[in-house]
Amino acid sequence: MHDKAVFQHRLLPMVLIAPQLIVTLIFFIWPAGQAIYQSLFIEDAFGFSRDFVGLDNFRYLLTDPEYWASVRVTFMFSGLVALSAMALALLLAAMADRVIKGATGYKTLLIWPYAVAPVVAAVIWWLMFNPSIGIVAAFMELFGYRWNHYINGGEAMTVVVIASAWKQISYNFIFFLAGMQAIPRSLIEAAAIDGAGPVRRFWQIVFPLLSPVAFFLLVVNVVYAFFETFGVIHATTLGGPGNATRTLVYKVYEDGFVGLDMGSSAAQSVILMLLVIGLTVLQFKFIEKRVQY
Amino acid sequence: MMTRKLLPLMIGALAATPAMAETEIEFWHAMGGALGEMTEDIVSGFNDSQDAYRVNASYRGNYNDTMTGAIAAFRSGTQPTLVQVYEVGTATMMAAEGAVYPLHELMAAHADGFEPSDYLTSVVGYYADESGNMLSFPYNSSTPVLYYNREAFEAAGLPDRGPRTWEELEAFSEQLMDAGYACGFTTAWQSWIHLENLSARHDVPFATQANGFAGLDTELVFNDELQRHHIAALGEWQEEGIFSYSGRTNEGSSKFYSEECAMYTESSAGYAGVNANADFAFGVSPLPYWEEKIDTPRNTIIGGATLWTLRGHDEAAYAAAAAFLSYLSRPEVQADWHQQSGYLPVTHAAVEKTRDSGFYAENPGTDTAIEQMTATEPTENSRGLRLGNFPQIRAVIDESLESVWNGEASAQDALDRAVERGNAQLRRFEKANER
Repeated sequence: MHDKAVFQHRLLPMVLIAPQLIVTLIFFIWPAGQAIYQSLFIEDAFGFSRDFVGLDNFRYLLTDPEYWASVRVTFMFSGLVALSAMALALLLAAMADRVIKGATGYKTLLIWPYAVAPVVAAVIWWLMFNPSIGIVAAFMELFGYRWNHYINGGEAMTVVVIASAWKQISYNFIFFLAGMQAIPRSLIEAAAIDGAGPVRRFWQIVFPLLSPVAFFLLVVNVVYAFFETFGVIHATTLGGPGNATRTLVYKVYEDGFVGLDMGSSAAQSVILMLLVIGLTVLQFKFIEKRVQY
Repeated sequence: MMTRKLLPLMIGALAATPAMAETEIEFWHAMGGALGEMTEDIVSGFNDSQDAYRVNASYRGNYNDTMTGAIAAFRSGTQPTLVQVYEVGTATMMAAEGAVYPLHELMAAHADGFEPSDYLTSVVGYYADESGNMLSFPYNSSTPVLYYNREAFEAAGLPDRGPRTWEELEAFSEQLMDAGYACGFTTAWQSWIHLENLSARHDVPFATQANGFAGLDTELVFNDELQRHHIAALGEWQEEGIFSYSGRTNEGSSKFYSEECAMYTESSAGYAGVNANADFAFGVSPLPYWEEKIDTPRNTIIGGATLWTLRGHDEAAYAAAAAFLSYLSRPEVQADWHQQSGYLPVTHAAVEKTRDSGFYAENPGTDTAIEQMTATEPTENSRGLRLGNFPQIRAVIDESLESVWNGEASAQDALDRAVERGNAQLRRFEKANER
């Protein structure tokens, strides 16, 4: 075995992979282990008493209708964010791909929102929709619609989806545009000579060839909506009104950091961990088969 | 030769060091902005007033961040001596007997002339144990009052005073809306004002076991007749436009400032904000009550935060903490803090001093809160609340109330549901803290 290795020493490969291993152990494996361990206990905030309760924390969660409400909110939110961010980015990329004059200017402007921090983006949108002073709300009032995301859960969801998707559009745009530009011109030209119009060329040539990019973006966008939108929700709705925008990650924060209920918070983290593992496996196993690479 | 000469000196120097150097203690607080500057001023006032002790104040983010940070620090053995904790964290701190040094014990051991009767019972009662011993120092306390737009009242032909009762508030609102105002009133902190304080003001329990003071096995009972009546009325008013819900914290202020709503129920500590932002003459009146439910309303209860002393430090640090808390109790320090911040004073002497200085006469409405707090002796129902997992319970209540405001649920169903879910939180807390 040993003499077949490229490296002559036992030590060198160890040293080379050590940094990555240490980082993974300290920042991923150890906290994950802690979460699993803590999820089996109910303890007080200061850690004086720690009762082993087995799977009680999980039982409590899975029988709590509020937890299931949060699951539904999360899936709806992630679906809406991924779908709208990808659809709009694809539309913009298709249009930017055709522009010849001033293309760099358009592209720069379209990529710009990506530089805005999620929290800042959220606050901007939140202010624009503010029922008392927001410009969008005032505009809707002209048409007789009274916008109030403090009471209406659907409207609150709309604002957080817009704020989260807006930023992600830029990211998706870059990938879609790069993907489109990698498609050989000769294919498109051949189709054009055969009489295919721009719409048909898009759906029959460009779109199928973009599917690996779209698949990659789907994974990235869902993960983004699941885990990186905490700031958006925290800076605007705080999960409300009611529980209309309380995603799973926000609930972990609420129970763990606000409520100091470590056991339940840890159990929720473990479920999230399983969910992510499951989602990734599912996506790679089943959806990947249909994607043409 | 040299060493032999120097050795006694060195020993002397070493021995002298602890006595000569100041004892430093850490104080974590959650006062940002102007309140943070006032807090820093108070701390440097203390540091300059003597040279035995030094308090290092540091801002640790909002109430939540500060409390979570202090608990995490305690678990890793790096806790501050003093930490500011909001009122809903009280049960958590109290239950952690090995982590906190009760105020009455601290002061008895380390301060001269600590006299519990100097303090206002309705303020310190919230943070006292069953037998009335003070557990933490009520640094910033406030209570809900009603702010009203005097110019709007005049335009609508209303008297120059706030509505005394909720019945009157309804009539006032209708008159204001007839005069062209979009809504009668809005509120901040709905759970605190419209359930917790509502119950106290009408001498009705919010939870069993003396609102949780008597034991961890407390159960919520705020789905009784009075609360149902009030929430149902608010629900109808929301539909009619008399009440306009604006959010869980104090977002309602923008509706009051923009003169959309002519009345606003908010913390007395919101006075400085209203004063700075309202472009109109405003008045402050006591929190209304239901005339049909009670003849003489009780005192309201407080919100805000207190300073807890944490265990795990040496005697010198506790002497420093006691000295600092004694300094905070001084009438001049209390009176300044009360007048500048709008928080309630905690000692009788500070109230007297502020009154004598003519401050209340010059700033009408600033004494509304203190009168409302001290008008009657607190009862078991108006002393305060001591509930575990209170932050989660407040969130549960917020959600339930929002479902009434948007017409999804009746007051009865929403309150029943909130009680049921809140009780589940109480049982979890009980389980986590029984030993």
